[in-house]
Amino acid sequence: MRRLRVLIPVALLAASISLLALEARGADTGGAPGRSPESAGRRLFVQGCSSCHGFEGEGVKGSGPSLIGVGEQAADFYLRTGRMPLDRPGEEPIRTPSPYKPAQIRALVSYVGSFGGPPIPEVHPEDGDLAEGQKLFTEHCAGCHQIVGRGGILPGAVVPDLGGANALDVAEAVRVGPYVMPSFDQLDQSEVDDLARYVEYTHDPEDRGGWGIGHIGPIPEGMVAWLLAGVALLFTIRLIGERTPR
Amino acid sequence: MTPGGFFARLVTALGGVSGLRRRRRGRQAELHQLFHPVDRKVDAVRESEEASRGYGATRREEPVPPPEIDETSDPHAELVVALLLIAAAIAFAGFVVFYVVSEDTQLLGLCLGLGLVLAGVASALAGKRVVIQEKTTDEYKDYGDREERREVENHLVEGKVGVTRRKLLFSSLAAVGAALGAAAVMPIASLGPRVGEKVYETPWSAGKKVVDETGEAITLDTLSPGEFITAFPAGASKEDIGSALVLVRLEAGELELPADRAGSAPGGYVAYSKICTHAGCAVSLFRYPTFDETQPGPALVCPCHYSTFNPADGGKVLFGPAGRPLPQLPLRAGADGGLEAAGGFYEPIGPSYGGIREAPGEQPL
Repeated sequence: MRRLRVLIPVALLAASISLLALEARGADTGGAPGRSPESAGRRLFVQGCSSCHGFEGEGVKGSGPSLIGVGEQAADFYLRTGRMPLDRPGEEPIRTPSPYKPAQIRALVSYVGSFGGPPIPEVHPEDGDLAEGQKLFTEHCAGCHQIVGRGGILPGAVVPDLGGANALDVAEAVRVGPYVMPSFDQLDQSEVDDLARYVEYTHDPEDRGGWGIGHIGPIPEGMVAWLLAGVALLFTIRLIGERTPR
Repeated sequence: MTPGGFFARLVTALGGVSGLRRRRRGRQAELHQLFHPVDRKVDAVRESEEASRGYGATRREEPVPPPEIDETSDPHAELVVALLLIAAAIAFAGFVVFYVVSEDTQLLGLCLGLGLVLAGVASALAGKRVVIQEKTTDEYKDYGDREERREVENHLVEGKVGVTRRKLLFSSLAAVGAALGAAAVMPIASLGPRVGEKVYETPWSAGKKVVDETGEAITLDTLSPGEFITAFPAGASKEDIGSALVLVRLEAGELELPADRAGSAPGGYVAYSKICTHAGCAVSLFRYPTFDETQPGPALVCPCHYSTFNPADGGKVLFGPAGRPLPQLPLRAGADGGLEAAGGFYEPIGPSYGGIREAPGEQPL
């Protein structure tokens, strides 16, 4: 019993210390009261982004574009998919795990949003029409991303695989036109919903026609065709080459 | 003297010129082995078999009997083969007919493929059913034996004699040959400069409205700078090779069009034929940099072989195998703000083969 009496205050003390520590961590990421996300975002921006985008988001010649007017839409896309920060200016931004925590990303996004520009777009893939989405994807996206969204190459750029893209990524990318992708502002909200629905479908498409073979198009398909045709030909040759036994 | 021994002498006598004579002594033992079957185990067995059939001893004197015609040759099969060959000939002839009357290459391929399959089945069937087949295991035989040689000759004769409808088979084979030859020669008609004016005749002419895939008119504010869309002429067939356009809107300041095309891009809209000048694929890729200081510049790219064209300066080739620029279509804004063609393409559309780098002669536009 005496032992317990000593343990309780010790436990209480330990709990309060760890709570304090959590509080301090929260303050670091901009979650503490008394600091606006903008100011936390400002600090992160100065640390991580200003060398290429300038201290006020005005851009740095030869390193990075101005962020004035790009809005939360672009910031959210680039940061959430880990495309920013880049190791070196001029590199192609590709999808990587972000070095920032979600709260830090939120702070940065709202800070960049304070320079002005479009907000994070709405997207409702559940309202989208799959067939319409495929049609739109074929017309506008498949040229580079391939019909099942597996990506490809373009002179000067790698076209990303859309396997990791969620509906919001699609809606943002269509509006922003990241890196050398053109933007598709001509598409309206319902068309973006259709596209997002289709892209989500391509993550695990129904292969009604048979094998998907990686969904990367004619090269593996051709190889399979040749292998099958080759075996069939061998059997045919065997059949007609063998003399009829008497 | 065994027959073998006699034949050995015959050979040495006939071929008894220098070479054989020189090696004669060395070959003596070998020939002895070859032509004295009794000395060898395998032939010893055969000898006894023949002897048991009762003509072993006297076969030297007896004339070899005429070959027995094998009745298993199937006259029915011959008819089938002939029919297959005739069907193949008809299919090949169909190629020639469709080549003249239809533009559908699928039909041509179908005819040619069907004909080849039918001819192949016919020859396989002929080989299996019509021509006499006999499987023999050829042990080390006594090659010197006249009778053996006659047997072999008889097999050859049988092979010919067994076919009863020779005329029919050969005439259908000839028909196949003739029809296949005609089908193979026919495409020559497509070679040469027959394309003529076709490359200048497109559905586009001055005043033709530009519409999108769904037929909706494209106006000056359909696209923002940095966007692109596939466009077509209003009311014309989208299938026509000259119809499809890739319509790009650039910032007016980005354009570097040649002086004589200065007025062809209202509001920064530039239109190019969607058909790549290399191999005729659809130019469906467009890249437009977010930050042009560190990123590759605007380009239209063909996905087949990565021919890359610059939309800012009249479709000049930036990269890839294309030999000439992407043909540009001059645009103008209509009275209602809708985009329309200001004339035909500046250059002939479509792929260029054989290293052709530019249009022949003056443009009749």
